[in-house]
Formats: sequence, structure tokens, C-alpha cells
Amino acid sequence: MTKHKMVVVGAGPAGLAAALEASKNGIDDIIILERDKYLGGILPQCIHNGFGLEYFGEELTGPEYADRFMRDIDQAGIEVLTETMVLNINQDKLITALNKTKGVLKIKAETIILAMGCRERTRENIQIPGDRPAGILSAGTAQRYTNIEGFIPGKEVMILGSGDIGLIMARRMKLEGADVKAVLEIMPFSSGLVRNKVQCLDDFDIPLKLQHTITRIEGKKRLKRVEISKVDKDFNPIKGTQKWINCDTLLLSVGLIPENELSKAMNLKLHPATGGVYVNENRETELKGVYACGNVLHVHDLVDWVSEEAEIAGRSAAEYLNKNQEKRDLPIKITPNKNLTYTVPQKIEYKFKDKKFIKIYLRVEKPMENVKIVFSHNEKSMLSYDKKIVMPGEMVTVNLPVALIKKNMEEIKLSIVEKVGEKNGRT
Amino acid sequence: MMRIIIIGAGVIGTAIARELSRYEIDIVLLEKTADVANGTSKANSGIIHAGYNADFDTLKGKLNVKSNPVFDKLCADLKVPFKRIGSYVVGFNEQDLKELKKKKENGEKNGLDDLEIIGQKQLISQEPNINKKAKYALYAPGAAIISPYELTIAYANNAVINGVQLLLNTEVNDLISDDGQIKGVKTNQGEIKGDFVINAAGLYSDKIARMAEDNFKIKPRKGEYHLFDKEYGDLVNHILFPMPTKKSKGILVLPTVHGNILIGPNANTIDDKDDLSTTSKGLNKVLNGAKRLIPEIPEKGVITSFSGLRAALSSEDFHIDFSENLVGLINIIGIQSPGLSSAPAISDMVVEMFKNYSLRENYELQLKKDFKEKNSKLPHYYEYEDKGKLDDWQKIVEKHEDYGEIICRCEHVSRGEIIDAINAPVPAQTIDAIKRRTRASSGRCQAGFCGPRILQILADQLNIDPLEVSKKGSGSQILRARSKQLILEKIKEDKRAGDQ
Amino acid sequence: MEEHDIICTGCPKGCQVTIKTEGDKITDIYGYECPTGKEYAINEFKNPTRILPTTVKVEDGEFPLVPVKTAAPIPKSDLIKAMNFIAEKTVKAPIEIGDILIENILNTGVDVVATRNIKKESEV
Repeated sequence: MTKHKMVVVGAGPAGLAAALEASKNGIDDIIILERDKYLGGILPQCIHNGFGLEYFGEELTGPEYADRFMRDIDQAGIEVLTETMVLNINQDKLITALNKTKGVLKIKAETIILAMGCRERTRENIQIPGDRPAGILSAGTAQRYTNIEGFIPGKEVMILGSGDIGLIMARRMKLEGADVKAVLEIMPFSSGLVRNKVQCLDDFDIPLKLQHTITRIEGKKRLKRVEISKVDKDFNPIKGTQKWINCDTLLLSVGLIPENELSKAMNLKLHPATGGVYVNENRETELKGVYACGNVLHVHDLVDWVSEEAEIAGRSAAEYLNKNQEKRDLPIKITPNKNLTYTVPQKIEYKFKDKKFIKIYLRVEKPMENVKIVFSHNEKSMLSYDKKIVMPGEMVTVNLPVALIKKNMEEIKLSIVEKVGEKNGRT
Repeated sequence: MMRIIIIGAGVIGTAIARELSRYEIDIVLLEKTADVANGTSKANSGIIHAGYNADFDTLKGKLNVKSNPVFDKLCADLKVPFKRIGSYVVGFNEQDLKELKKKKENGEKNGLDDLEIIGQKQLISQEPNINKKAKYALYAPGAAIISPYELTIAYANNAVINGVQLLLNTEVNDLISDDGQIKGVKTNQGEIKGDFVINAAGLYSDKIARMAEDNFKIKPRKGEYHLFDKEYGDLVNHILFPMPTKKSKGILVLPTVHGNILIGPNANTIDDKDDLSTTSKGLNKVLNGAKRLIPEIPEKGVITSFSGLRAALSSEDFHIDFSENLVGLINIIGIQSPGLSSAPAISDMVVEMFKNYSLRENYELQLKKDFKEKNSKLPHYYEYEDKGKLDDWQKIVEKHEDYGEIICRCEHVSRGEIIDAINAPVPAQTIDAIKRRTRASSGRCQAGFCGPRILQILADQLNIDPLEVSKKGSGSQILRARSKQLILEKIKEDKRAGDQ
Repeated sequence: MEEHDIICTGCPKGCQVTIKTEGDKITDIYGYECPTGKEYAINEFKNPTRILPTTVKVEDGEFPLVPVKTAAPIPKSDLIKAMNFIAEKTVKAPIEIGDILIENILNTGVDVVATRNIKKESEV
């Protein structure tokens, strides 16, 4: 058994940023465990641009974004074990991992950063009935084949799901010479960025069919065709709207699920809306000294926010190791109220020290325009921010100034409310 | 030496091949698909029934009861996961109780002496998640769970190490006969001479029989299933049956040997023997059926849904007999539930029939001196993990580093295990074949992460182009082109069009 | 007179901006809700450009492909032509991030650059 002050599980953007930040804060005994043979997680296969505008102030591709962190990790001398799969973690922070060169590794950690990322929902998760041929794969798997492994998974492609991965892969397959027949979206709006809709679909005349889904799959060996149907407002297929479309490939971009098998092994409870564990403002889980950040905590739409969140976790873990933390007398619950599906964190537990803001990430239920994001305590508004537009596909981040947080507060609620004839600006 | 041709490498064909391989005879096992266990044997409930269900005067009733006790040793020898967990048939009212009593009587006539009817309190203590309206249950401690395809693969591996020649991708198109005596088969790979043919072609056994003008009609009956994530593995502890109907044992809920939960099947008679599609209607029916037993079925936990076909005859019994028209042909037809449970007894019966036949033909059967009763045990990480024996796994990794590289992260399957499957006596040559032997890609991500890696290992080990690697045999290749290939083809095409 | 509808990509709102033209001259523009929207629509009408991210085949590399991008946006109408050009190209490992793999693609004045380090296969 070996011992480390900090073990980071996963060398994707979250794990790398957390490790770096801890290192910057004086932690010198960090080890990162990564199951793949290269660092960066999903970024190296996200070869498109659009990363880094928030974090670096310039536009980068996925591999470039990852490279910046990889270089810093290298320079900081942080130890990384690749092709090392963490198989179990117990509540005493004892980690079991496996790799080729060392075999079974037992590592006792003082702090753990959970940064395992997420996985894609499958055909089985959304239960599309029909045959079970080759040619049905998740958009991310297709992306790996196309951008890393050097193979094209299909010639006539249908895509289900208009999230950013679905849109990006529509363009990618098209540029590689495939015939992309359509992108289907069960919702009445695309959940991807407007820019991706324009540059990935409109630029190439790829149709986006809103309120459509796939109701049957046909093909005994390789996919031959799919049946698409219009859906009603409850997402049920409308009879009589079925249409068969010939294709040899179906890419699924139907959502991401945080990969929390290790969190569950530690008996950490999962939040029904985020699919991640519960955390306080330090991104610390219910187990002291164990932190979670990135897509394992909640699915982010921008990697920039992942890096930012991971830094909170890394910095807090360093404070924990440096014994530089003090709990509040009362924890404060952060509760999503009107029109919100969740907030991260779900509570505030520590004294603020030199912190000026608590950064809160939230996700809205539905697209809304001209709204206010309202913080309230005991039904009284503490603070509100104006926002021209909010979308479920885009995470919203807001700052809660610590100056507004009073000693005796037990719960702060967050809501999105429509503005009625008010002037713009902070109130 | 006499040569026997067995048509079909499902659980019945492979069981017979293995039992016959005890003797000094030449055996050829033909399978039309790319792997063994590719028909009914890959998609069923995976239950070894206790034997109270089928009437004691039917063939299936007799064979089921005879087979059931055999499995403990068989599975130990062949290294097949098997658990004797017992079953409950669950009743809700007094009428059901009457039926349960009848079942118990029938089981006792079949020779079972350990059946028991229990009340609600006991049932709930055994199955805390059961519908609280359930009042009675017939308990059969002898019922067991097994992985049906792993049993078939193990039978086939054992047959092959004992000298059976397995020919995959070999489809029988006709029988060859001379003066009413079987002489061989015609296949898509050419003619194969033989002195004795055993028709174990499952869903297509009627088609083979008709080549000998033996008239049978298989009516495939489709059953759909949902498989749940291991996370919900402790939802039930036993095999739970509802009250059966005439045609089916109903929609059941049971744990699998690998710790998942399986629910299903429904029952729909169909025409197309290759139709393994699922339907939203069927899948909903399965879900609702299972909810009658376990109201809190975690719908979100489904990791895969599939369907299987029962090879049913209208008699609803097995038919195992010599051909009426050709000497030297045995037809095995209508092997639906409890076919898996009866496989050992069916193979024994067929061996006896063959022995009698060879006696009549003055052919003396000799037992093989070096018959290998047991399969060697291949290491699986998840088994070591479950038993907490990671120190032993460490030794395995020290011997070969491939066992230290996890390829399937959901099911914890190492590269070494996948390579073992590809190099086994019955080689795994497709993604699905790897899945059935190692569990790689059978978990919650359904090959999302491990798919590309397994594909590469297959290509490397089989020394083929990655473009040739398939999900389940020819025509089901995973990839369509190399990077930029489609663009370059288009440029060429445009040029050609321009030149003209 | 002609009408052109352009969806602004400046923010999630995705305003539909309409540009009316006569010949090359813009006679009217409406539908935008901020100055960025107006500017975007005019640029997108006059000279729509895109960064092209894709891959180039690699010889002797640890991976068979290197991801690349055009170092600056190129005309939208050149995207497919550029892909055709890139498809013919193979580069040798090692490759460093930022390496110019294709100079001045299609005479656009823009280079195609590597976006990932690719080591030689023998050195991994």
C-alpha cells in the first residue's frame, strides 16, 4: 500500500485543473490516476474549436485546451499513472486500482478528487424498439473512431439528439464525406448552442427535425432504416406521422450521465437532478476530504466552467490538507425554487475567510426571456441578476456576495422569475 | 470410423456433441452463424426449472426432472456460472392457492419431494420487495439460474477439446441420402459426408426435417426481456413466477448469475424465425407484468432489452425421434422451455438412441480413454473481485500484464480475458461473441467506451483489417471506411463523371 | 430587391436578422437586438467565414490522425474544397502543436496547423 496526500481520479479537464490548483496551493504529493493511455479525457477527440473563450480568453480546439493543462501538469511535476483503472474506493479513502506494470494498486489518500466524467446515454436507456444491428452508436464513440482511431463508422447517417455533440458530429461526418440525412430532436427546441446549429447544420443544409424521434430500428445485420415519428407535447409518438428513412448508421446524442459508480462504492448519495453527489461550496462531498468536480458532479456544457469548478475543488482540498478551514455554526442550504432544476453547490458549510463571492451554478427548466435570477431568504429577496435569456442547454453561473450572507441564515432559495416592466440592471 | 454430423450449435447440439465425444467417433458440428449459442440459446430466461410445471406424462416433464440434479456437477466440470437459488410461483388469492396445490401435486408425481407452499409472511421475509398483495407461493428449492449461452459455449469448448470438429458459418442446404440411408449434408461450404445426422437446428429443425420429408412445423414464439443494471441486483433473491397460463410461465423476475435483474418474457407467436426485434408494446407489457410481482421495478435501470424465440411445436412437447423416412437421422424438434433445463437428459437420450442404432449396424462404440471431463478455468477479474481475492489477481497480472489492463470499465474486464476468449477452443470472432464470453460491453455503457478497444484487439488477434470486425458475423461490420476514404472516393467519382 | 435571413450566433437567443439588399448595397437591416447582432449579420452576409477543424492522416505516428484547424477563418464556400485538399495529404510524425501542415490552403492566405502533439510510434 502506498500513501498520498491527494489522489485525483481521472485526467480529464476536471482532474487536471484540480491537481494543478492544489499544486499551486502548496500540495506536493499528488497522484493522478487515468484509465486511458493519454491525458485530457474527452478533449483530444473534440477537435472542433469553441473552447477556452471564458477561461483563456481565446478560442481553442479541444486538444489545444487539453494541451495547456498537460504542459502545466508536466511542469509542476505532478505524478500521473495512465492506463490505470480505479476499481474501488472505500469510505476510509482506500483506493484500489489496476494497471499493467504494477498490477493491483492499493493507495491510501488523505484527500480524493473525484473527476471521472460522464458517459453517454444509450439506445437501451431510451428504449428504441426494433432490431439490434451493427451501426447504432453513441455520438461520442463515433467521434472517437472518426477523430482518433481513423475510421468512419457510417456512410448514410441519422442523428438523434440535437445537443452540441450531435450537432458537431453531424458536421464532422458530413465533412468526412458521409451523407447526413437529418438530426432529430424530441424537444421543441435544439439543446445545442445557436452557433453550432448554424455552423454544423445550416451551413451544410442538414435538416433539423424538432419534435421528432425514432420509433423503430430495422436491419438484421447492419442498420438498414429507421422509422421516425413526430411527437406530441408529452413526447409520445403521434400515430400516422411515421416515416421510414434509409440509413446505415444511427448516432445517438441523447444525454450524458455522470459516472458515479465509485461514488456509490463510497456510499455517497446521488442528487436526482444532477446525477452527481451532493457537495458544499468547496465541492466537498458528504465525506470530508473527498471532492467532486466536472461532469461527474453535474454535466457542464462548457469545459471552461469545468476547469473553474475543478479549481475550487483543488484549492479547497489544499486548504483541507493545510488545515486552513473552519466550519460555520450553521450550514446554509441552497435550494432551487421556481423554474430551476438544480443548483451546485447544494449547501454552504465553511466560513468565508478572504472569499468575496460564492459561485453558484444552476440549470433552468425551460427557455425563458427577460428574467431575473433571484436569491431569497425567508421569502425576501436578497439579490437579483437580470438575464436576457436562459436556456436549459446553457448552464448559468451567478455570484452570491458573502457580504449578504448573515450568520443565522439556514436556507437561501434561488428562482428564475419573469420581469414585469422593470428597468434593466442590478436591483 | 463412423462420422456423425450434428446440425446446430445451440445448447442441444453442443450438449450432444460433448456427450458423443466420449466415444471414438468422428463428430462434425455445423453452425450456420458466426458463433455457437446464437439462436434460442442466447436469449432466454436462463433458468434450470425444478420440474413441477410440465405434466409428468410429457417428454419434457420427464426430461426436465431427470436433468435438474445433474447441473451442479456439470457446471463445476465445465466451469459455468450456476446458482441453485430456488423459485417461487406467486399467488394472490384462494383460486391461485388451488392452482399452486395442483402444481405441487404434479411436481410430486414428477418425483420432487421438496416443494412447499408458503404464506405471505414467509414470502415477504424472503422477498422484501414483493407486491404486498401476494398471499401464497409455491417454493421449489431445486430451481436454479444459469447463463444459457455460457453453458452452450462451455459444452462446445469441451466438445472441441475432445476432438469434435466445429464448423462455423456453415449452413445446411440439403441432406444427402442413398436408398433411404443418410449419407451426408450439402452446405454453403460444400458437401460433408457422414453416416449419421442429428438435427438439432432449433428454430430451423422443421426445415431440416422437411429435407427428409418428415413433416413438422415450428411456430416461433417471441419473448421480450429487459435486463437491469447490477446496481439493482438485490431487488429479488429468487426466481419469481406469476401464476402460469397454458402457453407460458408468464412474466418473471429473477436475478442473473452475474448479478443483474432480468424480467420477461411475454409470448407472441410470429412467422419470421429471424425476427429478434423488440416492440414498444411488448417491452411495456414485460414491464407491467413484472410490476405485478415487484411494484418498484426501477425503469431507469434498464441497460438492455432483447428478445428470444421459442422453437415451439403445436403439440407443446419435445419431439426427439428417428426420422420416419431416412435411416440414420434423428430429429430433435420443439425444444422450447424447459429445453435448457432438459439439455443433459436430451443429450443422454440421443446418445442412447445412437448406441442402439450402432448396435443394430454392428458398429461397436468404444469409449475414449483420454476423454477430458473438465474445461480449464479461464480467469475473470470480476470473480476475483467478488471474492475479494485481489492478491491472487496480482499474481495473474505478474504472469501476464494483459490482465492488468481493464478494457471494459463497466464490467471490469481485462485485455487478457478478451484475448483468452479469442484464443479459446471455440474462438470468439465477433464483438457479440466476446461479450458472451467475457461480459465486456454488456454493462451500462453498452460498448460506448470499450467498443473501439475491443474492435482493435479483435483485429490484432485475428490479424484482420479493423474494417472487417463485425458485431455478429459477416454483414454486421462496425466500421464503413477509413478516414478520408469517402472524400477521396467522391473526388474520383466526380473526376470520372467529368471525364465522360 | 432581395431579402436574406441570418441567425445571429452571438448569444443563445439566436435572433433572426433580416438584410434587404439591392445589388451589392444593403438597403435595410432589422431583427437584431444588440450592436453585436447587427455587425455579425453584416459580416455574415458580406463574407461568411469559418474556422475549419478536421484531421490529417499521419504516417508512423502514435495515432493514425492528427487534429488540425485553419489558423484563421476561411470563406464558408471553401470548406468542402478545403476538405478535398486535406484528404489527399499525409504527414509524418512527430508533429508538434502549432506546426504548419498545409501552407496557404486554397490561396486563402490561411495555414492549416496541428492542434495536438503526435509522437513517433517507435517512441511511445
